[in-house]
Amino acid sequence: MDFSLSDEHLMVAQMVRDFVEKEVAPTIREWDRKQDMAPHVLPRMAELGILGVCLPERYGGEGFDYITLGLVCEELERVDSTLRVVMSVHVGLNSLGLLQWGTEKQKQRFLVPQAKGERYAAFGLTEPGVGTDVARMAATARWVGDGYVLNGEKMWISLATRAHNFMVFAKTDPAAEPPHRGISAFMVERETAGVTTGDIHHKLGVRAGSTGWIALQDVHVPIANRVGEEGEGFKIAMSCLDNGRYTVAAGATGLIRACLEASTRYANERQTFGVPIAQHQLIQQKIGYMVQWYETSRLLYLRAGWLKNQGKRNTRETSLAKWYATDTSFKAGHEAVQIHGAYGYSDEYPVERYLRNARGAIIYEGASEIHQLMQAGYALGYRRDNPLRCELPAYDEAFWRQDPMT
Amino acid sequence: MHILVCAKQTPSTTAVLAVDDGKVTWSDPGGSPDIANPWDEYAVEEAIRLREKYGGKVTTVSMGPEDAREALKTAIAMGCDEAALITDEAIKGSDTLATSYVLAKAIEKLGDVDMVIFGRQAIDGDTGQTSMQVAGWLGWTPFSSVASVDDVDLDARTVTVTRAIEAGRQKVKGALPAALSVLKEINEPRYPSFKGIRKATRYMRRRLPIWGAADLDADPDKIGAAGSCVRWPDVFALPPKEGECTIVKADSPEAAAAALVDKLFEEQVI
Repeated sequence: MDFSLSDEHLMVAQMVRDFVEKEVAPTIREWDRKQDMAPHVLPRMAELGILGVCLPERYGGEGFDYITLGLVCEELERVDSTLRVVMSVHVGLNSLGLLQWGTEKQKQRFLVPQAKGERYAAFGLTEPGVGTDVARMAATARWVGDGYVLNGEKMWISLATRAHNFMVFAKTDPAAEPPHRGISAFMVERETAGVTTGDIHHKLGVRAGSTGWIALQDVHVPIANRVGEEGEGFKIAMSCLDNGRYTVAAGATGLIRACLEASTRYANERQTFGVPIAQHQLIQQKIGYMVQWYETSRLLYLRAGWLKNQGKRNTRETSLAKWYATDTSFKAGHEAVQIHGAYGYSDEYPVERYLRNARGAIIYEGASEIHQLMQAGYALGYRRDNPLRCELPAYDEAFWRQDPMT
Repeated sequence: MHILVCAKQTPSTTAVLAVDDGKVTWSDPGGSPDIANPWDEYAVEEAIRLREKYGGKVTTVSMGPEDAREALKTAIAMGCDEAALITDEAIKGSDTLATSYVLAKAIEKLGDVDMVIFGRQAIDGDTGQTSMQVAGWLGWTPFSSVASVDDVDLDARTVTVTRAIEAGRQKVKGALPAALSVLKEINEPRYPSFKGIRKATRYMRRRLPIWGAADLDADPDKIGAAGSCVRWPDVFALPPKEGECTIVKADSPEAAAAALVDKLFEEQVI
């Protein structure tokens, strides 16, 4: 069993680390205070190819594998969660969903500009009244002969006011039994009449980002925009989440690392009772746990990434990684603040931002409670993954890269 | 125009150093222990910019142990066209004189180099000498402390640079071929692009030329310890700093200075 990462993996991780350290970290506190996204973030991520890192070159991407996506997310969230959130919705949920379920025409029309960073992508599943209980969504998609008319409101949507292409889920059959069979998936472009968006502020964390709502009022989408068959929307959403939550798991791992680095640095500087606090055992205990949480989270998400590379179903492993990494990233933030004492309670140090950011990931992309039930379900034999009509393609260099020499 | 960059692999800036049996060892708990010398990235960037402006190609060479490939990997990933590793048991233990001789032989081997660019210094040796010694071996025009390359005239075979010197700025024009040693202010090194990273890993795996002393026709008396003027008879770790700090307090700076002088006499420092 080979645990090593390739030279490519390491060089990409280093490049992303350098980029965010140099271009985002210096002003992140200011933007977090402003509760707004720095305007250069999305364009620079697009320019550097990060928004298409794991997509095939033939679809405008950079041709790297799924493990690379995880490593990139770890480096992004080490500086701030909002950077990784971009990857979660643009790449994880929307673009990889298109790669898995889209027709060739849809890939050319939507995936290519997204991979190139010309259009930003987002995911419209959650509603004001519906989170975990997705099957009871209220948004509708009425068939009108040449397409569908969508009505509804989606909430807690990252990049709501920035994205161009939304993968939206709505009921084509509100009376379906069981209800989840009535959901279908659509690509909706912001320019379509009837689409309005707005920002949501005053969240506890993830403030230097863009979270908002999408309102759809009699939005007409042609049949060409429907992703998958009618009634497949729930399955599509769930498989998109397999990729979204993979990025969340990887990102939370980076957050733990940020807490660990900040804590070791501070513990070696700050003195109490004549010695650096790093020499006190109860501080060492906290550091020790952070190492455990970091290394375990990292192994779990890398394994999920490896399974994706192999083309193997990974719903269970990704769920486990997300649950563990997000729960422990919150604990790491809590301990990091404690290590910093009163200074941890002030935004003079970044650890309070890490703690606030960590809290969100326990809620979204499957609340921790859901993951616990999933894991128990698998273990007890109540839950089994059946093959899907479309699976996420295994990573194949020959397909992903056009020129084998580069 | 063929530009050569000489780049070195060094311990990382966060490496923890130790001395075992007269040998320096290092590890880096936070990351990779070996990196491309940070100063050399500015040299690589400048070479690539000159290629973009004047055409031609950029080659990077690195002299070091067999596995010293970080600098070359980074250079290719940033956009250099070719690379080469110079490694040989016989070259081990070289000081800057012997190192610069080896690099000069490599430049002779390539034959068509118009300009060689160095970073100002390596963060391990910190001498800043190798670049000018290479110029000396080859009889090339030396430019140190280069803050900007202002013009290259390939017809007249000249290069004009601005040097940052103690007195200020100095604009100098000299003949090609030339050896330049550049400062950080000369540019902002680009990140390796994703395409560059892919090219670099492939290049290092399949196409990297490796040259030994024989390939360079190097005189055995001029390389390694034999060719070095500098010896390292004793290598040891710095002793831990110990000491007390007393702050001399008084009502005015003059009174404090007087009290300090008294103390220095007392301690027989002066």
